[in-house]
Formats: sequence, structure tokens, C-alpha cells
Amino acid sequence: MTDERNRGAKGDILLDMRDVVIDGYSDERWHEIIKGVSLTLNRGEVLGLIGESGAGKSTLGLAAMGFARPGCRLTSGSITFDGMELRSTRESDKRKLWGTRIAYVAQSAAAAFNPAHKLIDQTIEATMRLGTVSKAEAQADAIELYRAMQLPDADTIGFRYPHQVSGGQLQRAMTAMAMTARPDLIIFDEPTTALDVTTQVEVLAAMRDAVERFNTAAIYITHDLAVVAQMANRIMVLRYGEEMEQAETRKMLSAPEHPYTKSLWSVRSIQKKAETSDDYILEIKDLDAAYGKGKNVLHDVSIAVPRGKTVAIVGESGSGKSTTARVVTGLLPQNRGEVLFNGEALPPELKNRKKDQLQKIQMIYQMADTAMNPRQTVADIIGRPLEFYLGLKGKAKEDRIVSLLEMIELDESFYDRLPNELSGGQKQRICIARALAAEPELIICDEVTSALDQIVQEGILKLLMRLQKELGVTYIFITHDIATVQAISDEIVVMYQGAVVEQGLKTEIMSPPHPEYTQLLLSSVPEMDPDWLTNLLDGRAKAG
Amino acid sequence: MSDDDQTYSAAAEVGMVRQRRSRLQRIRIGLKSAPPTAWFGMIVILCYLFVAAFANFIAPYGEADTSFPAYLEWGAQGHVFGTDQIGRDIFSRLVYGARNTIGIALVTTLLSFLIGGSFGLMAAINRSWLDQILSRLVDVLMAIPGLIFALMLLSIFGSSTIGLIIIIALLDSTRVFRLTRAVSLNVVVMDYVEAAKLRGEGLAWIMRREILPNIMPPLVAEFGLRFCFVFLTIAALSFLGVGIQPPTADWGSMVRDNASLIQFVRPWMAADSFGANWARLIEDLKLASPPLLAAGAIALLTIAVNFVVDWFLHKTSGLKE
Repeated sequence: MTDERNRGAKGDILLDMRDVVIDGYSDERWHEIIKGVSLTLNRGEVLGLIGESGAGKSTLGLAAMGFARPGCRLTSGSITFDGMELRSTRESDKRKLWGTRIAYVAQSAAAAFNPAHKLIDQTIEATMRLGTVSKAEAQADAIELYRAMQLPDADTIGFRYPHQVSGGQLQRAMTAMAMTARPDLIIFDEPTTALDVTTQVEVLAAMRDAVERFNTAAIYITHDLAVVAQMANRIMVLRYGEEMEQAETRKMLSAPEHPYTKSLWSVRSIQKKAETSDDYILEIKDLDAAYGKGKNVLHDVSIAVPRGKTVAIVGESGSGKSTTARVVTGLLPQNRGEVLFNGEALPPELKNRKKDQLQKIQMIYQMADTAMNPRQTVADIIGRPLEFYLGLKGKAKEDRIVSLLEMIELDESFYDRLPNELSGGQKQRICIARALAAEPELIICDEVTSALDQIVQEGILKLLMRLQKELGVTYIFITHDIATVQAISDEIVVMYQGAVVEQGLKTEIMSPPHPEYTQLLLSSVPEMDPDWLTNLLDGRAKAG
Repeated sequence: MSDDDQTYSAAAEVGMVRQRRSRLQRIRIGLKSAPPTAWFGMIVILCYLFVAAFANFIAPYGEADTSFPAYLEWGAQGHVFGTDQIGRDIFSRLVYGARNTIGIALVTTLLSFLIGGSFGLMAAINRSWLDQILSRLVDVLMAIPGLIFALMLLSIFGSSTIGLIIIIALLDSTRVFRLTRAVSLNVVVMDYVEAAKLRGEGLAWIMRREILPNIMPPLVAEFGLRFCFVFLTIAALSFLGVGIQPPTADWGSMVRDNASLIQFVRPWMAADSFGANWARLIEDLKLASPPLLAAGAIALLTIAVNFVVDWFLHKTSGLKE
């Protein structure tokens, strides 16, 4: 595809946003979401936009396209894209820009693709709309892009439907779609957040290559510092709709200035000394399990959990981590093998378990939003296990609820709030309190921090560690985030395709030599080093 | 921004926290944003309820009082809307009809929601054999046209008021069952329901405390619609003669009893000489008023309920435009 547009030289100013103020409508009035942020982006430059959720990252990213989400409005300031003031541009003219000169890559590719059309038809839609090329040419170009994105079977993959390819492939196809019109600017909105670490590396590498090759400018929105360090030339930190700090990536990583930025940087500082014991609270022996009458998804899984310690189960999605948890809790009866709790075999079926067996094993979920009934108050949620297992009523129950709230570092003022009146981290804390209310011996934490921002994650992890020290409760920690594992676990179990790859003390698992899969998993965890991805890819290329 | 903003504290972690409002405040805000149609509907419904509740104070005569001459004109001898074919006061019968018709329709709708709702919830939680049995049973019931089925059952069991209520409620509960089952299925898969199961909670608790509060909005909206349909079904059955039996006043049978009066309306006479005969048309309408008034009462209430339900559906579905 030839490009007749005047692209301008690398280094020219492409996007200039001045004192942008954006309002959002809620509670019957307008609030400022973005409070006067300015940014400039040169051609071919990648700007990283980081901050917690609610910081206004996505809103700002969309504003760079001259777009405001329903319920938002661009109140003041100027947004100049290649000499064009987007705030005063007509909607129909902006629509011509979108997809051709400015493209957007969303977080969930699965939700952004139309399941009823083939990938390639959706990929070439923007160029077909321009009407400058024939369908065959556009398709040939799309295949070229698929190859550039390192998709397997680039020649044919486009003729599949979205559900026939994996999440990582879909994300890359979406980047290819954004690239077809060779836009001047691409907005990446958390494009790898939903992916496994091992997949994330491939997608990151492909995106970085493509952006470099076509001299595209990009805004990369994420809450993961290590990821942004690989992608961006410059980083901007947002909080509460205000710019905290902006600097070149290397400078930002080595010498952050603003105290908030520093606190973001220090998140991965939790350390715990690995310990173990021979007193096992839970022993899983030779477990096979399947959903329905289908094929086994767990093969011969054996895990031993020492009392009062934390065992982390790691692996990518589909490795059987959560299925193992479902067997332990009794939601999925096993086909073979047994689960010993305090030396006693647990009945496989939930309905055959005794009340005190249920009480001793509690579970905390990944999505605190869906784990709490939106129509029940905090007191109802925490109070129910107290009433149900311990028979507490009236004043005794109220007192216990308040002391549990204090235990999770909240206070009495939360007593009669509803879940939608809480922030993400507070919700997860209430879920922890609900688990604690039952006075359990074992808590299964299923990806409890993966939906949270880093700074909130750190708070939750610290809380869990403190509670373990105080109450001596045992954790099974299911996660795909190696940083979390390093922070809090004593022992690690690595799972892959429904089987245990290895189990051992954290110090043993984390130090070489590793089995092949563990090696891949560990090396895929992004580090806070801007050269990490480059080095990793070089290393893998040499080895491969 | 001050420096203590930088230190982390869980209780201060606000994000986008919604302001807490009491139930009363929320209702007030909701009412303030109600469109005029919804206001119209609410006022009409309130008027109807008032009339139904205080029927014996409002109505000047008894509903079965036949001690007046038949076919009196409007205003004659203190009868506002005249009398019907056997000399009963039309206005009094309209007022009592409100009580009987609305009362029976309300009880019927409540009963159908109780039956359909609880079975729908059970089916959604169970998802296996119980769901299969109930759903297929409902399919069979729904395959038979409702009015014909009701007519058949009523002719078998006779049309007492209790029988009427039970039969219509049962037939109507099939639709409630389907709706409840469908909306509960979305809630049943939530983690908090799983958490309740893991806690060892029984079926009744999960139904009542975990699921029901979360499916209320669509059910309430459906309640309004169902109420209208039940109301119309009863009116239709009464019109056919198997509904509420005389001398109990209800609007459906009022339409039937006096239906022949409609023939007195001669609009072509009015149209003949362009306006000259408007007075005659109005006279005609007055003569034909007994069935028209009852039919109008039915129509007005149906429209009012639908206005309110529309607004409520709109609000709860989160649609902005």
C-alpha cells in the first residue's frame, strides 16, 4: 500500500492538548474528571499514561481523539491534532479521522470484535471505507500486517471468526486492524491487561515492532509500570485527573520526583521470608477432575499445604488452578483421588460436608464486585457468617462486625454501606472480612488482587500477611502474577495444562535450574527495566 | 494537594464513591425526574384506588339496588349517569365496579406472581430435573390459547369468584415463571450466590435473600403489565358471561349487559348536515353511555398503569434515551 499522505518528519508535533478539562455526569450534576491536563506528542513517539483506575487515563486517551464518552463532555481547553482543532471539528469530520488517522485499541479485544464477521473483513473495514484500494489489495495488506504482528498462519488466520483464535491473537489482530490505514496516532487502552504473562510478552513485542516500523505515534494507557517501561519513550503519571509528573522513561524509572510516583514505584517492595512446616492442614492426593462428562481437566494433582503458611498456585489461564480450588471447596466433585483436611477426608459433594467443615475453609474471589450481593449492606454481608456459623445475634454480632471492620483497617462508618458505595480495594477488604468472620483455618484466595491497582494491591497483600501473622490462618493463593507470588508466598506450586509441574519452597522454585515451563513463566514477568523486553527477545532468539 | 494525601489508608481510599442517600431521598429524586405521562398515570391510579377504597361512601346507592325506573336519563331523579336496563344507578355501579374489578385483578396478579415467581426461582437454582419438569409443564400450558383454556376450566369448575381468581392466576403464572427463571439465571451464576452455597445456606435463603432482591425491578415492571392483562381478561370473561356473576358490579359485565345501547349512537346523522346535529350526537352518546363509561374506565386505567410501567422500566433498565 503506497502512502501519498504527507506524513511529516519524525519529531514534528502531532498532537497538542492544552489545559483540557473534561466533566462527567453523575449524581445529578457535573464533576470534573480531568482537571486541566496538557500534553504534547511528537510523530513516532510513544507516551505512556499511567495511574490508578478512576485517574482519568481512558477519558484522556479518548479525548485525544476528540471523543467524549456518553455522560462526559469536553468542557474547555484545546486539542490540536496535526493542526486541526478537534473540539470545534464537526462530528462527521471527526468520524473520517477515526480509524484512518487516529486508531483505538481497546482492552478487551474479545468484546471489541463482532463475533459474526471474519477477522479480515473487520480488519480492512477502515481502509475499505476510505475507498482508495480494492478489496484484494486491502486483504493482501492485512495479511502483511498479520505477519508483522507475528500471528501464526498469517495467510489464513484472517479468515477465521473471532472465537476461533486465542485472546492474545485477537489482541494482535486488533492492533493490526488499527494499523491498516497506517494511522498517525494509535491509542492503546490497557491492551495487555487481560492477557497471561506469557502471551503478554508476544503481544508487547509485536505492538512495539509495528509502532516502530510504521513510525506511528502512540498513547499507551496502562496501570502496569513494568509494561509501560517497555513501550513508552515518555511517561506521564495521572492521579485524580491531574498530572503528577511527566518525564522520559529512563529518568522516570531511575529518579521519580513526585511522592505519589515514588509510592507507585515502591509497590513491589513487599518481601517475606519463606518458611514451611511438616504439619499439613490440607493434602490433595492424586486428583482427577472433569466438568460434566468431559475430558479430565486435572491430571493426578497432588499438593500439600503446610499449616499457617501461604502456598501460591501459579500458571496461566486454563492451567487448572481454579479448578483445583473448586474441588477443594466441594463445588466440583473429583473423579479420582482425595482431599484430606486436618487428616480427615472431605466428602467430594458440597451437600455432604458438615457445617464445621464448610466453616473452616473459606474463599475470597477475584471480582469483589460480583462476590458481594449488591443489595446487602456491609453489616449484612459480614454479619451472615457470624450468625450462620457462630450463632451470634444482636449486640454481640454488631460488636464483632465492628471489630472485624477494624481488623481490615476500615471503621464503623462502613457499617451500613452498600457495595456500590465502596471502592475496589474496600470491596475486596469486605470480602476478606466476610471470610474471616467464619473463623476459618484455610482461606482460598482466587486471584484476589488481579483486578486492583498496584497501590491498592499492596495494601491488600500487606493486610493478608498481617492477618496470617495474627490469626495463624493458612492461605492458598491462586494467581498468575509472579510479583504477588514473590511478595507473599512460602511455597509455590507451578501448574500447566491441568498438572503440577513442580512444588517447593519459594526460594527453591525461584532459583535455577527450572523445568522448561517454569523458566518460560518466570522470564515472561515484565521487569521495571526499559531494556528488559529487548534483552528477553534477544535471549530467546539466540536460544531458539 | 497536601502531603498527607500521599500516604495510603484503606478507609480514605475513595475513588468514585457514590453519596449515600436514604430511601426517601432516592424516591424523591426519582419522582422529580418522572415524565408528565408517568405523573398522569400515577394520579389516575391513585384516584382509582381512592374510589375503590371508599366505594361505600362515594356511591349514592347500592350496587344491586334495583328500586328505580329503568333507563333513566342523565341527571334524572338524582342519578348522575342515569340507570340501566333493570333500574340500577350507573354511577354507583361504576364506583363499586372499581372495587370489585381492581380488587380481584390485584389478588389474581399477586397470586400468579407468588406461584410463578417461586417456581421460577427454584427452577433457576436447580437447573436440572426440576427445571426440566417445570419448564416443559409451562410450555404445555402456554401452548393452549389462554382465553379458551380459561373458558374451558371455568365451564368445568363453574365461575365462582375464588375459582376465577385461581384459574386466571395459574394460567398467568406461566409467563411470570418464564420471566423469573430468565432473569434469575443471570443472578444465579454470580459469585455471591456461589459464596452462599459454599457457606451451606439452604434453598429458601438463597432464593429470598440473595436472588430475589436483585431481580425485583423487572418483576415489579412485569407486575404492572400483568395486572393490566388480568384486568382485561376478567373484563373479557365477564363480557362473555363466565366472569364475575351478577349482581356484583364489575365493568366487564356492565359493558355486556348494556352493550345493545351502543346502537343508539348514530354518527352518520351528525355527519349528514355538518355540525347542525352535534347536539343530537351528544344526546345519542348519553343514551349509549352505560357501556361506554365502563369501557372507558377500563381503558383509562390500562393506559395509566402502562404509563407508569413504561417509566419504571425505562428507569431500571438504565436506558438514557
